[in-house]
Amino acid sequence: MTPLPLIGEALFGGYGGADILNGCTVGAEPGSISVIVGPNGAGKSTAMKALLGLLRPRKGRVLLGGEDISHLTPQQRVSKGVAFVPQTQNVFPSLTVEENLEIGAYLREDGFQETMEQIFSLFPILREKRWQPAGELSGGQRQQVAVGRAMMTRPQVLLLDEPTAGVSPVVMDELFDRILEVKRTGVAVLMVEQNARQALAIADRGYVLVNGENRFTDTGAALLADAEVRRTFLGG
Amino acid sequence: MLHDLASSLILLSNYVFLPALTYGSQLALGAVGVTLIFGILRFANFAHGELMAFGTMISIFLTWLFQSWGFRPGPLPTALLTLPFAILATAALALLTERSVFRFYRQRKSKPIILVIASVGVMFILNGLIRLFVGTNEILFADGTKFLIKAGAFKKWTGLGEGLAIRQTQVLTIVIAILAVALLFWFLQKTRTGKAMRAFSDNEDLALLSGINPDSIIRVTWVIAAALATLAGVLYGLDKSFRPLVYFNLLLPVFASAIVGGVGQPVGAIVGGYIVAFSEVMATYAYRKFLKYFLPEEWMPSGLVQLLSTEYKFAVSFIILVVVLLVRPTGIFKGKTL
Repeated sequence: MTPLPLIGEALFGGYGGADILNGCTVGAEPGSISVIVGPNGAGKSTAMKALLGLLRPRKGRVLLGGEDISHLTPQQRVSKGVAFVPQTQNVFPSLTVEENLEIGAYLREDGFQETMEQIFSLFPILREKRWQPAGELSGGQRQQVAVGRAMMTRPQVLLLDEPTAGVSPVVMDELFDRILEVKRTGVAVLMVEQNARQALAIADRGYVLVNGENRFTDTGAALLADAEVRRTFLGG
Repeated sequence: MLHDLASSLILLSNYVFLPALTYGSQLALGAVGVTLIFGILRFANFAHGELMAFGTMISIFLTWLFQSWGFRPGPLPTALLTLPFAILATAALALLTERSVFRFYRQRKSKPIILVIASVGVMFILNGLIRLFVGTNEILFADGTKFLIKAGAFKKWTGLGEGLAIRQTQVLTIVIAILAVALLFWFLQKTRTGKAMRAFSDNEDLALLSGINPDSIIRVTWVIAAALATLAGVLYGLDKSFRPLVYFNLLLPVFASAIVGGVGQPVGAIVGGYIVAFSEVMATYAYRKFLKYFLPEEWMPSGLVQLLSTEYKFAVSFIILVVVLLVRPTGIFKGKTL
């Protein structure tokens, strides 16, 4: 099964009031990392919610491998291979690490032991802590549980909403290393990030959103090298 | 001296320890149901006492039917045989209230307090229906052997001043409670549905994203709560007696148990059940006879040495509730707050 690309095309919409998304286009390619960056209120997380279906855009469509999935519920998109890691409350705190992963595989009818082994080798700390309740882990470890839970469905696309929010710089580097490894498994990774500089450094593609529109779209390296992007969004 | 100590301990066992352990087990079974419903459906179900009463009523009717057929399970109470049927009937009733009342408010995403008030309505309706069917009088339906160990025989055998008395219903209650709780925990810890229930209680949004079907989880929860309520009700009725008003009043200690332990925490509900039961029994026991074994004649107090008269036993649950809500609203096991 070759992983499929996910794309949200010309999205318009918001939460009832004024539009937050004003025609932005974001997407994820198999085996690569895409990053959405931008100032506060630019609609980064909103765009991601539109991809998952937590928000129904007023206009525009979401395509998974060319198929229009705009009408599907979040649950249906998950079973089609779109996995999502929310920014907060992204684990089951009273369940053990292993149980968190098992719930991630809830929809799967085949055996999931093999996938769990893969996740344990991607995130070795999870194997060590497999019997411990996820709520007792540190912030960085909890994020790994969250990503691992999402990976249990063997997704085509992995959506990460600010995976490094609230963790220390050291843990952030480690998480980005892990995300690079996830990418090597062939999954299409798309993440929203506040730590724009570090995120663009590992990104194959970067979207700079402003007011719900694409301001710049290029490879991560090109965006980092662009003088205007550096001046306006990366603080010099 | 040793003789007196043994006698006094037997006295306490007869009037405090065994009754409180039995009553605590009954409360625990009820409170676990309340706590599960809260954990999954996120509202306090005031109709839980009526589920207990309904299950017991069905069990009583079936007991009479079986008795009329001359159907008796030897020395055991006939009600034991009726349990599976009573549980099925109560589960059906719980699912009916879910279907006709609670689902409506859940689909409208009503606030929890609306569901609580709806459950008060369900409580009054069921309360009325139960009285209509079974009447308001006290019903004794425990047949079979009454005592496993009789006080007189024990006294004669040991030569002590007090005789240990163990009633069959006490042993049955404790054994059935242990089995039911063990089965429940096995289910919650080991099965796919049980884990999904815990996940749903932990983080509803993430559970939905993981593909857990909320309707089936909610149905399973109602069935389990109804089964536990039936066990609690029938065991309480066998141990004491059945009266609709008494079951209505049981709601208070059952809620107190769930809150003391930490709402949403099954282990907490069990611990809470025993805390409430022991507090209630110890506060209302008259210690005069117990003290007789230790105090010289001239020191004996003239009163009964009773903290509270039994009419006020509900005050104990109230006091525990107030103290817990003031001092530690999340309960012993860090549950949610109602």
